[in-house]
Amino acid sequence: MGESNMLVSILAAAVSSGTPILFAALGELITETAGVMNIGVEGMMLVGAVAGFLASVRTGNLLLGVLAALLAGGLLALLHAFMCIALKVNQIVSGLALTLFGTGISGYLGKSMIGVPLPNHFRSVPLPALSRLPVLGPVLFNHDVLVYLSFVLVPAVWYLFYRTRPGLHLRAVGESPETADALGVNVFRTRYVSVVVGGMLAGLGGAYLSLAYAPSWIENMTAGRGWIAVALVIFAVWNPLRALAGAYLFGGVEAMGFRIQALGLRVPSFFLKMMPYIFTIVVLTVITASSSKQSSRAPQGLGRPYERE
Amino acid sequence: MKLVFEKRDPVPMSYRVVSPVLAVLLAFLLGTVFLTASGFSPMKVYAAMFSGAFGDWYGISETIVTAIPLMLCGLAVALSAKMLLWNVGAEGQFHMGAWGAAAVALSMPDAPAWQVLPLMVLAGVAAGAAWALLAAVPRAFVGVSETITTLMLNYVAIYWIEYLVHGPWRDPKSLNFPLSAPFSDAARLPMFGYTRIHWGLIFAIVAAIAIDLALGRTKWGYEVKIIGESPRAARYAGMSIERNIIITMAISGALAGLAGMAEVSAIAGRMTRQLSPGYGYSAIIVAWLGKLNPYGVLLVSILFGGLLVGGYSAQFLGVSAASVNMLQGLMLFCVLATEALGRYKVRLVPTGAKGASQGGHGEGEAEANG
Repeated sequence: MGESNMLVSILAAAVSSGTPILFAALGELITETAGVMNIGVEGMMLVGAVAGFLASVRTGNLLLGVLAALLAGGLLALLHAFMCIALKVNQIVSGLALTLFGTGISGYLGKSMIGVPLPNHFRSVPLPALSRLPVLGPVLFNHDVLVYLSFVLVPAVWYLFYRTRPGLHLRAVGESPETADALGVNVFRTRYVSVVVGGMLAGLGGAYLSLAYAPSWIENMTAGRGWIAVALVIFAVWNPLRALAGAYLFGGVEAMGFRIQALGLRVPSFFLKMMPYIFTIVVLTVITASSSKQSSRAPQGLGRPYERE
Repeated sequence: MKLVFEKRDPVPMSYRVVSPVLAVLLAFLLGTVFLTASGFSPMKVYAAMFSGAFGDWYGISETIVTAIPLMLCGLAVALSAKMLLWNVGAEGQFHMGAWGAAAVALSMPDAPAWQVLPLMVLAGVAAGAAWALLAAVPRAFVGVSETITTLMLNYVAIYWIEYLVHGPWRDPKSLNFPLSAPFSDAARLPMFGYTRIHWGLIFAIVAAIAIDLALGRTKWGYEVKIIGESPRAARYAGMSIERNIIITMAISGALAGLAGMAEVSAIAGRMTRQLSPGYGYSAIIVAWLGKLNPYGVLLVSILFGGLLVGGYSAQFLGVSAASVNMLQGLMLFCVLATEALGRYKVRLVPTGAKGASQGGHGEGEAEANG
């Protein structure tokens, strides 16, 4: 009984720890599918987290907080889009700039918010009936609304990609911008939109941390989750459904750290905190090694600026 | 009217020299927007920063002290970037270098300087290189993105240091502060005169000269250059990309490790978590602003050292330390933008019969005429 309770609580924690990574990874997945690499996820998450927190504290309204986070993440992404699509700069360096700038500006804007309590935060809303299911109920259906939003978002993105015309265009732009252009798809506009949407989702992931998961503003509170999200997209081979599984796996590793501490095992907490990062490296290596033959599954136009002849 | 971007090739040499300067000015200009928006007088803040960093001999010497780790880490990032390897892990390699040096210093408290200092350098360099290899080996043989792995390793390194200074290395006499025991005097890198400028500066200058010579005159340097320009051509020419990734990343990690060694030995004198305000991350911007040129890196490091030291002075006006990070991030964007714009001639052209391009200001309209 005790053990199964323990497992259920770890799984439930895996879902909430995985959610910020899931939002961010989903955003990056959309961005990369359109052929643009944005490794500035960490910066966009931080800006989303601080913007969401600031707006929520000022207005007392969590939804306005979420809106501010979407806006802030999207704005930062727009900068990246302009640099990469119009100016055609190196996408890796621009992504790094985004991370450094996002870290700096979030620290700058959040200075006055350190230690400030949030008037209210996203609390668990047990779904009627569903939350009473054994195991699945507490694991999946006893969370806050943002988690439920992610449940809807994942299949929605999958449907968009594989069952709709705009999704087809999006993938075409990422695979072969020349062909897409020849077919009359506006490559530039498609890329702008997907980079900005990707940034909005990263911002949402950040807001999940500051408005639901933590709920507070701490400088650099994303602690590398943005980078884990970038790794997750590779892990998920650009498939939204696999991104969901991956996010919860990473969330589980983080959650396990807390539980092991709670059990009173004499493992220094610093080693437990290393786990998600080491896990990311190992998983990334295994995935890359085992899929090296199918590396063609990455969008073929990824990272290549499109230049119209 | 419509903005038209015409390619110009090659980019004039004069512009390539001017563009980083332009970028820095542009970043400061954008910084005024943020400062004004949060109620500060930008001129006052910048004046305080400048006089704090360069206003007197003390400021200048502290600027150079701060520039030393930036120089070595900047060289580390620049060297790997020559081969299109993105070493975002200088921060972790720096900490592991400091760890290696500290391990030697703490285990040989009675050894004379001529024994302990060379061993500390060796340990710091080796630990930094080993840490970089953890990312370089999967990159070379499996193709794992080194950007992600080097960054992940930063967190691992920092938690490792935190574990040590909170646990086995904690000095019982430190009143529960997370600090190791102080090093012996012999394990302290000498400083010059009454300043805190230390031998690390010589390490950095020697490293820059060595890198410049090695890149220009050795087979390895030649291969790095070719691989950076076209990995495919390098492969056809029979060069081993794997081997060069390993060698270059090891040297890169060693340089960052040396920075950590110098910092912990000369400045801190004991192991602490407070060794770096993010030198390894600033180094990315330093490398890029310095155009990946070793001497450029040295020069830009002094500017960035000044920015950090000036940032402390600006804190007396109530400006948070994070504003310096923000300014640094802006600089990287500005240098990317000025570089990119240098590739084009921008002209305003009256819109013709085809109808105006509505919306935006020509963002998506980058039209290249060969």
